[in-house]
Amino acid sequence: MSEKKLKYVGTRPIRHDGVDKVLGKANFGADLNLPGMLHGKILRSPHAHAKIISINTAKAEALDGVLAVITGDDFPPPPSGKGSVEGPQDFGDMARNVMAREKALYTGHAIAAVAATTTRIAEIALKAIEVEYEVLEPVMTLERALAPDAPILHEEMRAKGEEPLPEGPTNVATRTVMGFGDVDEGFSSADVVVEREFTTETVHQGYIEPHAVVARSISDGRAEVYCCTQGQFMVRKYCSKVLDMDPTQIKVTASEIGGGFGGKTVVYAEPVSIVLARKSGRPVKIVMSREEVFIATGPTSGSHIRVKIGVKNDGTITAADATLNYEAGAFKGSPVMAGMMTIFSPYRMDHVRIEGFDVVVNKPKVAAYRAPGAPMAAFATEGVMDELASQLGMDPVDLRLVNAVKEGDTAAYGPKFKVHGFIDTLQAVKNHPHYKAPLGPNQGRGIACGFWFNAGMQSSANVILNEDGNATVVTGNPDIGGSRTSMALMAAEELGIPVDKIRPVVADTESVGYSDLTGGSRVTFATGMAVVEAAKDVVRQLRERAAQTWDVSVDDVEWRDGHAVAMNGHADDHEPLSVAALAGSAAKTGGPISGRASLNARGPGPGFATHICDVEVDKETGRVSVLRYTAVQDVGRAIHPSYVEGQMQGGAVQGIGWALNEAYMYDEKGKLQNPSFLDYRMPVASDMPMIDTVIVEVPNPTHPYGVRGVGETPIVPPLPAVAHAVNQATGVRFRSLPISPPRVLAALDD
Amino acid sequence: MPLENEGEDWRMLDAQYISPRSVAEAVEALKGGGKDAMVLAGGTDLLVQARTGLRDPRLYVDLKRIPDLMALDISSKGLHLGASVPAAQIFENEDMKALYPGLTEAVDLIGSTQIQGRATVGGNLCNGSPAADTVPSLLVLEAICVIAGSEGERRVPASEFTTGPGETVLRPGEFLVRIEIPAPSKGAADAYLRFIPRTEMDIAVVGAAVSLTLDSSGCCEAASVALGAVAPTAILVEGAASALIGSTLDEAALERAGSAAYEAAQPIDDKRGTAEYRRRVASVLTQRSARMAAERARGRN
Repeated sequence: MSEKKLKYVGTRPIRHDGVDKVLGKANFGADLNLPGMLHGKILRSPHAHAKIISINTAKAEALDGVLAVITGDDFPPPPSGKGSVEGPQDFGDMARNVMAREKALYTGHAIAAVAATTTRIAEIALKAIEVEYEVLEPVMTLERALAPDAPILHEEMRAKGEEPLPEGPTNVATRTVMGFGDVDEGFSSADVVVEREFTTETVHQGYIEPHAVVARSISDGRAEVYCCTQGQFMVRKYCSKVLDMDPTQIKVTASEIGGGFGGKTVVYAEPVSIVLARKSGRPVKIVMSREEVFIATGPTSGSHIRVKIGVKNDGTITAADATLNYEAGAFKGSPVMAGMMTIFSPYRMDHVRIEGFDVVVNKPKVAAYRAPGAPMAAFATEGVMDELASQLGMDPVDLRLVNAVKEGDTAAYGPKFKVHGFIDTLQAVKNHPHYKAPLGPNQGRGIACGFWFNAGMQSSANVILNEDGNATVVTGNPDIGGSRTSMALMAAEELGIPVDKIRPVVADTESVGYSDLTGGSRVTFATGMAVVEAAKDVVRQLRERAAQTWDVSVDDVEWRDGHAVAMNGHADDHEPLSVAALAGSAAKTGGPISGRASLNARGPGPGFATHICDVEVDKETGRVSVLRYTAVQDVGRAIHPSYVEGQMQGGAVQGIGWALNEAYMYDEKGKLQNPSFLDYRMPVASDMPMIDTVIVEVPNPTHPYGVRGVGETPIVPPLPAVAHAVNQATGVRFRSLPISPPRVLAALDD
Repeated sequence: MPLENEGEDWRMLDAQYISPRSVAEAVEALKGGGKDAMVLAGGTDLLVQARTGLRDPRLYVDLKRIPDLMALDISSKGLHLGASVPAAQIFENEDMKALYPGLTEAVDLIGSTQIQGRATVGGNLCNGSPAADTVPSLLVLEAICVIAGSEGERRVPASEFTTGPGETVLRPGEFLVRIEIPAPSKGAADAYLRFIPRTEMDIAVVGAAVSLTLDSSGCCEAASVALGAVAPTAILVEGAASALIGSTLDEAALERAGSAAYEAAQPIDDKRGTAEYRRRVASVLTQRSARMAAERARGRN
């Protein structure tokens, strides 16, 4: 931890990319046009579950202006065996998701694609493709998927994990069990036990910018891809896996990105556009419509969760037990494991058992969504905690304070916690004027807590000192939350030059070292760490150049506020040298100066938050209005406080939307009924009060400036916080989301 | 016309567009364009429908350059509202707010600020949506629709204009020129409320318009109640109106009107709400709208 007073870190400069964005001049995914470029369109399955008997593309290929038509046959066989699975990604499944092979597994599944001189011709060509399907019963709910007579999505799938497992073909991909102690013993010593079931629906991240890509195939087999993504290196790797290419044959440039929230951490149209470009010999652009985004990209899981918690009369938890069922969509890989790992982690407990099922259904394969798996888990645990508090007659914050994990406590998923500020957030809530403010009729207040691990992982950075003394900071992470300016702030602090003299750049895959994607709230932490190291590398070189100029030992040169300063008795002989002076004379002292760092960052530091929500319920229409909302979070240290507050507000608003109105609505045939922002009801600005924020700073000891991940934690508490507020306003406990007006009105009748 | 590399906007580029300067020119243009021609006012529904492939006009006849269709005239006889007058111009008009507060509020509910610079009441009506926000207000204000076509001009009450979802009395080649609404009588006022789960950028789950005339003692002399989004078209609810007429708009009368609205509503279950939910909200909004209209009417006596 740096002890000195910080000059740039913690300030709020205007973002480097701000002017272009305000003027509408920033280039997003759909903004690139190349000479001779074609327009690609994807034919999508009208059925949620069907065997593909045949595809006839002859009529489409015969149309004037159509230069390529492709199906699954134009792709290499889906990867299998060694190297086909990496972490949560199964590249065989990914290949089948990008372009269906034997079966269509959700309405919207890609079946074929065309590239044509205009989008109109491409659309006409799609209609000319003849597909014969054998329509099967769709599996649209967890209940149906788990029924003994359920149709099976993947005949070859066998449940993996802890016994007992379903035998033979099944829709259960994995069953996982974790925990410690003896829950039966724990519950037997409890004074009060509450066990409840909770459900949530499929919800989408709702990023404003639809997926867009332009791909160009080069005659020697290489490909260049320009797209909106959370990770250019991820696109490179995933395309290489799906298309059986070497990663370095593919150059990926990330555009400016209009939101991702986890949804742009996989590939959809990118490999398709490469294959179309290769087959047509022309650059191909694919831009998804909003409907395609909803029906064919990854939302997050619908869930069913049972939680049982026992407490002593003083509130101490004696045991906790949970079963989580998460929908994975058409292919395995729901975030159920993250749900299991977060579900009890805010609380200390000696006896815990957590069981989770990853279940496939005929919906689009889920993708990451901001703290994947955690919000629905918190909805369940916090719901039971809220009910326990009221049964015990305890203040809900006090019940959390009795049980909150501290440094050194073992998390329910295994590891020991390092220093964090969970209790600080609870105390900040208790002391906040919001918590004590009076409520009017039909109004209620709820609080809830949330936990997210945050990620570290691999990052690279180059810091280039330019001849004018300004610096360029080059990283490989698309900026989805103001990270460029945060990088510049940390570099400014190290180099001692103003932040507006630093140009932060997100580079393509050929211009910076490998970097894992932007996600897991990791960029300001991990990539920031790489930037700090690279800047320190530059400072070391600057001190060397000064030492050389002065003919002193480098140990006699200190770096202070942007200047090399002679020390140890040399101070009187040499005026300090500024960055600009050293940069200007670099040619004479050994050439250009640049620093680099590549690392695998450990110790991201847990994120904890506690939120307060006030609502008013219109008991005649069932409408819930959020009146006041305060988000309190331990952020380690806020590098750019405005962007930290923005993350806390944005997470809260997404969570409120999830709680109140958002849900995928399918008909009985498995067709999505609301694939538009009109009927997929995300909140609009006027629905929300200003979200108040309280930044708690308990520095993370593993980061040079104390950073913890910030972006994901704030979506975890809102689901339960809203539900608890509605409970206080109405007396009804809502354990199924969304808490939409028709549901509220129906519940008030009961 | 070259097709290469025209990107996402091919439908606009591929189709013809004209902007006649008179009703007669527009009539001629539509006649020439046949069934592939469509009139374009604000375009806030039509262009979305064209983009999604729901409609595929080959000729757009833009009605925004015809002075008659862009005129908003208020006189002692009432309102003449040109079919292409944009929403923003209507709800920013102080006379509109004073004379037809319910209709003006309905206009203000349509779309976002950007959309309101283009969207029109005429288009809202001609689009034929059962959930159109301005239509219940037009019904309770006894609006008359003036239609032009090759056979000349004809007049149709707003209550007969929409015939089903997306369907109107307009015949091929006809278009709406203006809407005429009588001047409000002494002691009359209107109100419109809609229910949406959000606060804006949404489509009515239920809409309820009420127009009332109160005498100097506060007794209701005349009333009209209309509901949107609960039937294939917006509907006038005579039972609700008669529950209010003769009353002092006491709670009992309002409840009777609400019950009549509940009974008259014929909604469907869909993604925007269940049928039962819509019926109940129709009742609630009818009562709230009536209260609001009564409050305004009292201020006018």
